[in-house]
Amino acid sequence: MNWTGKRLPRLEDPALLRGEGSYTADIAIGARAVRLVRSPFASGRIISITPPAEMSAGALLVTGRDLAGLGTIRPTLARFNYVAIGQPILPVERVHFVGQAVAAVIADTPERAEDLAEQVMLDIDPEDAVADLDAAMAPGAPVLHPEAPGNVLVEGQLRQSGCDAAFAGAAHVVELGIRSRRQNATPMEGRGGCATFDRATGRVRLTASCQMPHMLRTGIAELLGMPEADLQVVAPDVGGGFGQKMALFPEYPLLVWLARKYRGSFAWIEDRNENLIASAHSRDQRHVIRGAFDADGTLRGLEVDILSNVGAFSCYPVTCGVEPLMAFAEYPGPYKVPAYAARARGITTNTCVMAPYRGVSRPAITFGMERLMDRAAAQLGIDRVALRRRNLVDSFPCRTAMGMTLDDASYIEAMDRAIDAADLPAFRARQAAARVEGRYLGLGFAVFNERTGYGTPAFAARSMGIVPGYEVVDIAMTPLGEIEARIGASPHGQGLRTALAQLIADRLGVTPDAVRIIHGDTDRTPYGWGTFASRGMVIAGGACQIAADKLADRLRVLAARMLQADPAGIVLRDGQAFAGEASMPLAELARLAHQRSDLFGSDVADRRFNLADTASYDPGGTFSNACHLAEVEVDVETGLVRIARYLVVEDAGRLINPMIADGQVHGGVAQGIANALFEEIIYAEDGNILTGSLADYLPPTAAEIPDIEIIHLETISDASITGAKGLGEGGAIGAPAAIGNAISDALAPFGVDITELPATPARIRALLRGREPTP
Amino acid sequence: MKPAAFDYHAPLTPEAALALLATHGEDGKVLAGGQSLVPTMAFRLARPAVLIDINRIEALNFCRPEGEVLRVGALTRHARFETPVVTGPLGLLLADVVRNIAHTPIRSRGTMCGSLAHADPASEWCCTALTLGATLVAASTAGERLITAGDWFQSIFTTALQPNELLTEVRLPMLGSGWRCGFSEFNRRAGDFALAMAVVALQVEGGVIREARIGLGGVGATPILAAEAAALLVGQSPGEVVWSEAAERAATCFEPTEDINATPEYRRDLVRAVVKRALRKAVAT
Repeated sequence: MNWTGKRLPRLEDPALLRGEGSYTADIAIGARAVRLVRSPFASGRIISITPPAEMSAGALLVTGRDLAGLGTIRPTLARFNYVAIGQPILPVERVHFVGQAVAAVIADTPERAEDLAEQVMLDIDPEDAVADLDAAMAPGAPVLHPEAPGNVLVEGQLRQSGCDAAFAGAAHVVELGIRSRRQNATPMEGRGGCATFDRATGRVRLTASCQMPHMLRTGIAELLGMPEADLQVVAPDVGGGFGQKMALFPEYPLLVWLARKYRGSFAWIEDRNENLIASAHSRDQRHVIRGAFDADGTLRGLEVDILSNVGAFSCYPVTCGVEPLMAFAEYPGPYKVPAYAARARGITTNTCVMAPYRGVSRPAITFGMERLMDRAAAQLGIDRVALRRRNLVDSFPCRTAMGMTLDDASYIEAMDRAIDAADLPAFRARQAAARVEGRYLGLGFAVFNERTGYGTPAFAARSMGIVPGYEVVDIAMTPLGEIEARIGASPHGQGLRTALAQLIADRLGVTPDAVRIIHGDTDRTPYGWGTFASRGMVIAGGACQIAADKLADRLRVLAARMLQADPAGIVLRDGQAFAGEASMPLAELARLAHQRSDLFGSDVADRRFNLADTASYDPGGTFSNACHLAEVEVDVETGLVRIARYLVVEDAGRLINPMIADGQVHGGVAQGIANALFEEIIYAEDGNILTGSLADYLPPTAAEIPDIEIIHLETISDASITGAKGLGEGGAIGAPAAIGNAISDALAPFGVDITELPATPARIRALLRGREPTP
Repeated sequence: MKPAAFDYHAPLTPEAALALLATHGEDGKVLAGGQSLVPTMAFRLARPAVLIDINRIEALNFCRPEGEVLRVGALTRHARFETPVVTGPLGLLLADVVRNIAHTPIRSRGTMCGSLAHADPASEWCCTALTLGATLVAASTAGERLITAGDWFQSIFTTALQPNELLTEVRLPMLGSGWRCGFSEFNRRAGDFALAMAVVALQVEGGVIREARIGLGGVGATPILAAEAAALLVGQSPGEVVWSEAAERAATCFEPTEDINATPEYRRDLVRAVVKRALRKAVAT
């Protein structure tokens, strides 16, 4: 039986579907409720914080003054003109954005805590704020952090030799400015934590809806100056994270501090308004892109200027460099760029902190590159497929302008498959017929690659003070023959428990339900990083495969002894160890190994038969790739875009569970559609946030998401030990570009195209106003 | 997002409800379907001291034609209108409109009278009631008042209803033969509050429009009648040219709201589109 490649229903789902999942809020029942009092001002000096006149019995007010002596959340980066700034757990002197927690009220129930929090008097002297890039970069703009006088927190600059010549000698220079508006990852479950003090041991257990429990534990222990061993962090069922839950937020050390100081149990469960205004935002970027093309369409040089609004502080551990520097390093994507110049800046403003969100900068850079390709095709009079074919990387491995290695992939094949499936001639006929009726159809596509499954070397290249990367797995077979794999990674809804069990099951000749994946608990798992950056299947999966192979070797040695055969000849299959015709159940071997070690004489001493092992995996990274294709209809009277067809040709290498892979693509595309058409965090000029509820911030619903067709290609690269590449982010990366190009195609008769996301109906109408279509 | 504390009453008769309203006045708030009130309370934008839950008052649960009007009681849920409640153009219009009100769970709980009392500028029922010239029945311990829809809507979330009064029923005119109605609205996602909507009612005889009404919603503090635009249609034969003229007039006959969803200019674009589409639908039915 081969479990790899099977559409096995997720082992996680029965409990979740029965409503028996255990989320942080389920675990927090009985704890005292913490309610944060949040700043109504984007910038200001704190004069005083006055508790309610009538605090109920047992209620508490905690302010920054109570936390005196504790450090700040201050991630570092050793390069790129990075200015390290610290975010206090609760501020004492100044507030920096609307929604920043300035005090905490503790009461017996969340309702009562909210009542009291309303009555806390905040005396804040408001100061001028800067909410957007232009305001923050204007001469004489208010300065958020004295360490960064121009509000620039991070800057990268590069100009390769040959760039000037490429532009000077270009037959065509195509230029484009794009803008991506701010998004919130909007996980179904918001953030939340419950910290419980154990009086017997003095330890605190923090249950938190997070993606990186080990990192959280280290970060909190360091901030609070407590022994790391006194803190256990548990990530129970987590209702989505998408990168938002990677960061060390001030609320978590506060909860642990409360639990230790008051020797009790304290819970904070974020509401939707808090999630929208005070968790983490992303994608607030502007790029200027210039491409130098030969007359035949060959791209000779690329020059980009990237501005990223990173908010008021720097997110821990990845820093506020995560967006601008990813755009800086990865802009060329799957294209051959002989000469590259880039400048990227992260600008601080009086807005919520930026953190990674599914795809990080790739949705914006793919939008930029793919819009550039379509504009270039139009300007040069070259078919847009042919233009891409000329410029896509077609021999592997390929070293990029930025020194990354592109491993085996299918950039051109994926595009060709998508174009074939689209049936372009038929579409063009429909498009022409529709235009006669005043209906505007458009077809667009986006080709991109996605750097996935990268370990320590890639993160080290970013010069982060904290370098994530490897994953460790401890595997063991119990005396009753069950397999337990303890992973340092911490899935938050992706189905990793199922997919890893499939991988391990194949290596050990058992069924996936015999394999338990234990995760999300720092007491029960080896140190590891977590699930983010499309890495879980590649890295934790690779480590599981190595660990399972080691365990299989141990089982073979044991079986060989019992069956009196050569270990090399032992086959593990159907829960048995076979030596030719002879066989033994693995469960029986396990029992003997643990409970009858006397049978193995002197070998017991060197533990050769101990059925436990450990493995780690730390790869350099592998690029998955895809081509997304969208067909849209634009209602030119209202600006509304309807997606008529959506197709993804995806190459993520070997698929361990294609059903889970499809689910990742579906969810990613839905969030990409949100980015393309719907979601936008809006700040007023004074830094007040205008999208504090889901009545104003608009995630698409089932009604707005079309059926998504998926074609999988499986290019097996030796950059990943399992052959699997990451695909968690791809769906979100391709959709904005494919849809932006499709709308631009639809609106071509009006002489306009899309350069700003989301392409809302109002923005589309603004482009069209006063314009008539040319036939 | 937990509501502030409140007292709760669930009277069983209209009289008991009115007595509670008389006692609590400004502090009291009537809970019918709760689809607007409860979220508003969760955000603490509304913090009534006393909730008067009318859901157990069976006497308010009715929807029946009587003479020239359709009488809709305070407990009639939106979903009731999904299949026509009366034969003729009124039942068809209400069935068309109701499909645009939010989503199924909300329609199964929210009420027509609740929407009229809440007076959200983007309420489909408010726009419909104004366009058709509905009459609203406000009851208090002192008796009943009949209020025309034109007098009912005063400002955003503000109606002629007094704090001691309960909206017990709305009476919609049964549209006779020759009337044709149409509805169109624009929103970014299915079920969202509309950025603009139009209800039109035309009486067509012998291929000529004898009477016309055009109501707009979601574009100002209250629903409004685009009377000048409607007047352009009277005496005309239905068709694209007159539709465009009326839509153009409708788009310029009001001062649009500006918010994060739409500039005034964009709202006028949307009114142009929805008026034309509602008119087309009216003659197509």
